[in-house]
Amino acid sequence: MPSEIGAVHTNGDGGLNYLNNGHGLRSWLLTKDHKRIAILYLITVSIFFVIGGVFALLIRINLLSPSGLFEPDTYNRLFTAHGVIMVFFFLVPAVPAILGNFLLPIMIGAKDLAFPKINLLSWYCYIVGACFGLVAIIAGGVDTGWTFYTPYSTSFSNSNVLLVGIGIFIVGFSSILTGLNFIVTVHTMRAPGMTWFRLPLFIWAHYATALVIMLATPVLAITVALMAIERVAHVGIFDPSMGGDPVLFQHMFWFYSHPAVYIMVLPAMGVVSELIANMSRKNIFGYKFVAMSSLAIAVFGFLVWGHHLFVSTQSVYLGLIFSFLSYAVAIPSAIKVFNWTATLFKGSISYDTPMLYGLGFIGLFLIGGMTGLFTAALGLDVHITDTYFVIAHFHYVMVGGSLMGFLGGLHLWWGKMTGRNYPEYWARAAAVIQFVGFNLTFFPQFLLGYLGMPRRYASYPPEFQLLHVLSTAGATILGIGMLMTISYFIWSLKNGTRATPNPWGASGLEWHTSSPPPTENFLTTPIVTWEAYEFAPMETMDVLGYPGEPHTPAQPVHSEHGTED
Amino acid sequence: MPETMHGILSLSTQSIMGNGLRPLLGMSWMLPDQASTYAPDVDNLYLFLVGLTIFFTVLISAAILYFFVKYRRRSNSEIPRPIAGSIVLESTWSIIPLLISFGIFAWGANIYLTEYTVPNDALDIYVVGKQWMWKFQHPEGQREINELHIPVGKKIRFIMATEDVIHSFFIPAFRMKEDIVPGPSRYSTVWAEATQTGTFHIFCAEYCGTSHSGMIGWVTVMNDKDYQAWLSGGAATGTMAERGAALFQQLGCITCHKSDGTGPCPKLEGIYGKQQDLEGGTSVLADDSYVRESILSPTAKIVKGYKPLMPSFQGIVSEEQLQQLIAYVKSIGTPVAAPAPGKGAAPGSVPAAVRPPIMTSSASESIPPQNEKAGSESQNTQAEASAKSAGVKR
Ligand code: HEM
Ligand SMILES: [Cu+2]
Repeated sequence: MPSEIGAVHTNGDGGLNYLNNGHGLRSWLLTKDHKRIAILYLITVSIFFVIGGVFALLIRINLLSPSGLFEPDTYNRLFTAHGVIMVFFFLVPAVPAILGNFLLPIMIGAKDLAFPKINLLSWYCYIVGACFGLVAIIAGGVDTGWTFYTPYSTSFSNSNVLLVGIGIFIVGFSSILTGLNFIVTVHTMRAPGMTWFRLPLFIWAHYATALVIMLATPVLAITVALMAIERVAHVGIFDPSMGGDPVLFQHMFWFYSHPAVYIMVLPAMGVVSELIANMSRKNIFGYKFVAMSSLAIAVFGFLVWGHHLFVSTQSVYLGLIFSFLSYAVAIPSAIKVFNWTATLFKGSISYDTPMLYGLGFIGLFLIGGMTGLFTAALGLDVHITDTYFVIAHFHYVMVGGSLMGFLGGLHLWWGKMTGRNYPEYWARAAAVIQFVGFNLTFFPQFLLGYLGMPRRYASYPPEFQLLHVLSTAGATILGIGMLMTISYFIWSLKNGTRATPNPWGASGLEWHTSSPPPTENFLTTPIVTWEAYEFAPMETMDVLGYPGEPHTPAQPVHSEHGTED
Repeated sequence: MPETMHGILSLSTQSIMGNGLRPLLGMSWMLPDQASTYAPDVDNLYLFLVGLTIFFTVLISAAILYFFVKYRRRSNSEIPRPIAGSIVLESTWSIIPLLISFGIFAWGANIYLTEYTVPNDALDIYVVGKQWMWKFQHPEGQREINELHIPVGKKIRFIMATEDVIHSFFIPAFRMKEDIVPGPSRYSTVWAEATQTGTFHIFCAEYCGTSHSGMIGWVTVMNDKDYQAWLSGGAATGTMAERGAALFQQLGCITCHKSDGTGPCPKLEGIYGKQQDLEGGTSVLADDSYVRESILSPTAKIVKGYKPLMPSFQGIVSEEQLQQLIAYVKSIGTPVAAPAPGKGAAPGSVPAAVRPPIMTSSASESIPPQNEKAGSESQNTQAEASAKSAGVKR
């Protein structure tokens, strides 16, 4: 294997691994192994994805007819359930809690996360919180939208706002605990020689995400708690008839929820860096730019929440400031797209499924990001905010971004995680079907939105019908693609061929251990003597435009921990 | 011809793209009706951004597809030569998007300022959002539900309040939208000037509960003659200011706010549009929001030299009656001439514009005999009921 550089022992196939080291439900539910916890997350988060997806299809079915097929109340509960499940129970945990949990320690050469018990606790928080959400939906649902705007949510809605609020509150702790674990792990548990600038970009992205999680999620918890207090005790916090301020809620809500979109999409960007590098066997063009742009997004992401409030009676001057800052934060995302594209230049590009998702990600994220320029343009946003244009925009970034990243990563590391290969032919077909279905679903929604179709409408004027029907057709195709993926993944668990340690010829520590890895990840602690994405010895690296910085082969380092830069 | 030249020279793309290209490209599936003065500006920015998006999408997709074919993997043992990066390239593709972005920011901000700079010579239309209908009042006294008639070519200022949750007043053909947030000190204001006659959708754009999607109305833009005819045909019972004056008496405001200033409360004549000195040394502009707050939570801002004697009228006067009372206070006030951004929330913002008094100074003596409160209320409820049953889904 070309990428087996350095003196790292792999432990061969068929030995003891984390999957067969302990059997029975108990050994799973009480496990402290980050890999097993990742699998627990994989199973539960996927179940919520399927539930959220079913709600999505019901929404699209309702919109086939201008008069709406369901009662308005039913429809309102459908889109709320879809939003709450997809955002809080799927997009936020998907990449970090599943792929991050599984790979982060392996990629830095650690035996586990810094706090294995806290890691298990975070899964239990997720389960308990998500169950509150499920119970609320079974008990009749919520009709506030996932944004819970007051005073509707606190004084008007006759639905299970409290239960869902409690659910979100608890799930929030799950992300906080995961974030904490990641930060401490990256700081203290890197293998000897794994310096900061040798970290895979996946790690940089998760590190930045963890910072955002730690700083933003408590604000969500406070906001939800205040909402609950107002609903139960009738204290005037947000309801003006009791002396509160509804716009205060919006500020607090978006102070979490705008950074939250980066919690959803940054880890996926990390995955995409791995996909592009490994599937084209090239080091990421401008590694440091890409790493730093993750941090820049994390920092600036906190300064732009007010762009969700341009028409909320917020003052004109605040609108100007938030719009300006929004444009500043758009740049790091643009940098990433250009750098990924440039990485392909003179690469050795594989057509395998992970790469298809990687390219799908770039395409969709490009359109999602460019339409962010529309929504951040003040005078234009007045017309398109709260219409289908915004729906299309954030689905392109979040679904096109997080979901494509998640699926791409799952394909890349499926063999590593399960020890089995998925069927490549079906996987490529499903990836293409999903890409087509996705665009047919959401592209018409840009047009709908600009024509004036407001969001969250159970029924609509007949002139919008054609575009809605197209969108539903797309959603059906997308659903079929998803079903294929779920089916062959499950099928492969029993029938897939055995995975080898490094089927892609990829670089990265996770490929230097068996598939699936042993419980302690490596038989001997790896010593890192090479740069990230070093597919060939560095002497042969073409250096464009970095005159003062010749690359010498890195020296082995023999300290206990990673050296600081 | 000179007109067009001027348009091009001043870089106003309106005449080129806004009106010229539109029929040419047959873009009605892409752009909604363009029925307000600033709608073409919004569309031009939109079309520019569509073009920019297509440009970058095609550029990057083409590069990716080209690389994908040209550099596809030929043998499984192949390892390409690594490339570290290029400071020149990376700086270029950071700085160019940054400059483009700031250009778009300025363009968008410019349109936004137009949209929210409410002109001072506007016709006021009062809007109340309520689950789930739109209620309108004309200064001349006409009231409508889910239907709104306005004249073409006149600046209209919408003064908006909500009776319950947040709603958002959205007329796509005007490219106009603003949330209406509940609260004693909050009126939302937007404006538009219709440029063509016709009937256009009014939507509620902020989710507001069960029948959010039924909160749809129509605005009918009429030429001036038809509008005048419509006005005189309507069953108006007194202008808004007259109704307000009647309420002012009926609710007993007049016993305290004496017009000669001898009462225990500040006299209201002449305050509208002026700075009021408050206890504690601050001052506040007496605009719609201030008057509304003073009626609903009188103790929030106490005028200098007076005691907090006034009771709250929260729950006693309806949103429409509040607007009538404000129209009355405005009618006995003094106009100020200065356009201002419509979102009054910023401290230190320029005084909100005021239209000339509706009534003469003798108006307060010529109030029509007033016991129509009950009557007008029941008429109102009836209209609401019929709007609920018939007008909601269309
Ligand atoms: C990086 C990935 C991004 C994600 C995951 C994302 C996600 C979202 C989401 C979920 C919403 C909808 C909120 C709602 O109304 O429910 C939204 C709206 C918005 N996004 Fe993004 N976005 C991203 C990038 C951007 C960028 C780069 C910009 C700025 C150039 C931007 C500007 C906006 C604005 C201004 C809105 C508010 C639009 C409105 O409500 O009218 N977004 N985004
Ligand atoms: Cu509404």
